[in-house]
Amino acid sequence: MSKGFFKSSIGKKVIMGLTGLFLVSFLVVHVGINSLIYANDNGETFNAGAHFMAHNPLIRVMEIVLFAGLILHAVQAIILTMENKKARPVAYAMTNGAANSSWYSRSMALLGILLLMFLVVHLGNFWVPTKQALMANEEHNTFENLKVVFSQWYFVVIYLIGVFALCYHLLHGFQSAFQSLGLNHKKYTPTIKKIGIWFSIIVCLLFASMPVTMFLGIIK
Amino acid sequence: MGSGNEQFLNLTLKVWRQKNSKTAGTFETHQLTGISTDMSFLEMFDVLNEKLIHEGKDPIAFDHDCREGICGMCSMFINGRPHGPKQGITTCQLHMRSFKNGDTIIVEPWRSAAFPVIKDLSVDRTAFDRIISSGGYVSVNTGNAQDANNILIPKSAADEAFAAAACIGCGACVATCKNGSAMLFVSAKVSQLALLPQGQAERKERVLNMIAQMDAEGFGNCTNTGACEAECPKGISIENIARMNREFIGASLTTPNK
Ligand code: HEM
Ligand code: SF4
Ligand code: FES
Repeated sequence: MSKGFFKSSIGKKVIMGLTGLFLVSFLVVHVGINSLIYANDNGETFNAGAHFMAHNPLIRVMEIVLFAGLILHAVQAIILTMENKKARPVAYAMTNGAANSSWYSRSMALLGILLLMFLVVHLGNFWVPTKQALMANEEHNTFENLKVVFSQWYFVVIYLIGVFALCYHLLHGFQSAFQSLGLNHKKYTPTIKKIGIWFSIIVCLLFASMPVTMFLGIIK
Repeated sequence: MGSGNEQFLNLTLKVWRQKNSKTAGTFETHQLTGISTDMSFLEMFDVLNEKLIHEGKDPIAFDHDCREGICGMCSMFINGRPHGPKQGITTCQLHMRSFKNGDTIIVEPWRSAAFPVIKDLSVDRTAFDRIISSGGYVSVNTGNAQDANNILIPKSAADEAFAAAACIGCGACVATCKNGSAMLFVSAKVSQLALLPQGQAERKERVLNMIAQMDAEGFGNCTNTGACEAECPKGISIENIARMNREFIGASLTTPNK
């Protein structure tokens, strides 16, 4: 590997792309486990899934990798955004970005910051109590935890905002990661873009449905 | 050459005036009357400058040369877009019929840390030249020219290289990019040579050196918004950026300590 790679603009983008796709792979697992609430059996299936996630050694290792990946993604994003601000010291009096690009492709840093703020709340809601229970050697009833959080309307609103930010972050990010990694091909890129759009919509609708159905008492 | 339905416009022009790269600039407002819809945007500036000269004032500095969309000099950021409201053209190819009577038009220079303002609307784009000299060349043997058919080039490669070579180095991609990134320009220059057999000798060295120079010039980082491709007067595709990323990753992985 050449020395300057990770300092170069493209090297940094490669890291963004790789960590971004890694975070995407985590979302698949996360949305899958969470969907177990739709068994609607008073959380029995869901809690079994949560128990597995909390105790499986491989998942425990992956949790550390996940945090590392998220931090790397966020730190790199901040460095890139600051460099980009420096590249235009005098702002235009008038810009017409809508004429040439989507608003969310131009707002990745803002959407990312929203996501980061959401994650603080989210980890406080579920990750912290799970860890506390683990530390105290108790069995944590994650499903009861869900019910309590999502009985409060403001948490439902915060979660919907978080999912909204995620959806638009992914709508641009999914296909963008492939472009950053140089994976662009006349034959495959249109398919990658379609998968990105469907992935973002399906994953985010599933995530959004959970606080709503629990708040409304459809899932008990 | 009249269009057959020539009209005359009254316009308000807000133009960026700046003495040099050291001083801060401001907008200056001019009222223009009787501007023909058949005029090009630069001809409108000629009319205004004539007037300023007659009044003993300093004319507005702007770059231009060919006035037919091939030299890339006519950098003007017009109402929030490089080269104005139309796609696929340069400022010299923009006509006043693209505007309406009573319009206010805001004209700014390319704004980029790597393109310091020389005066008014004229910016220094020698950063592009330095990127080219860092690697945008091929080494050829001296002597007689080879027979054209000695080097076989697939039609698809020739077409793609030709499309990339259409870049005129205008800098609209940098100007419009929210990150001030030069990736479209550099990727066009890397691609046109990487696609052809003649470019193979310096292939790895080229992309490593050109990216190093691009970063050193202070251009921003691409976030794949696609704004550059949409505003490029020559329709350079961001497929070239992906190709350059591939070239760079490949060259970095296989070049020791560069
Ligand atoms: C679940 C969480 C997240 C996922 C799944 C995710 C996913 C992605 C993906 C796939 C990309 C595209 C990468 C590329 O273009 O090469 C991306 C870009 C980006 N992400 Fe995230 N991200 C997440 C969280 C965050 C957070 C917390 C931040 C902010 C601190 C952030 C900031 C950014 C920025 C600024 C970009 C644009 C960079 C670029 O396109 O060059 N992301 N993200
Ligand atoms: S890529 Fe297009 S916009 Fe950029 S310098 Fe070349 S011709 Fe101009
Ligand atoms: S003056 Fe040459 S391209 Fe406009």
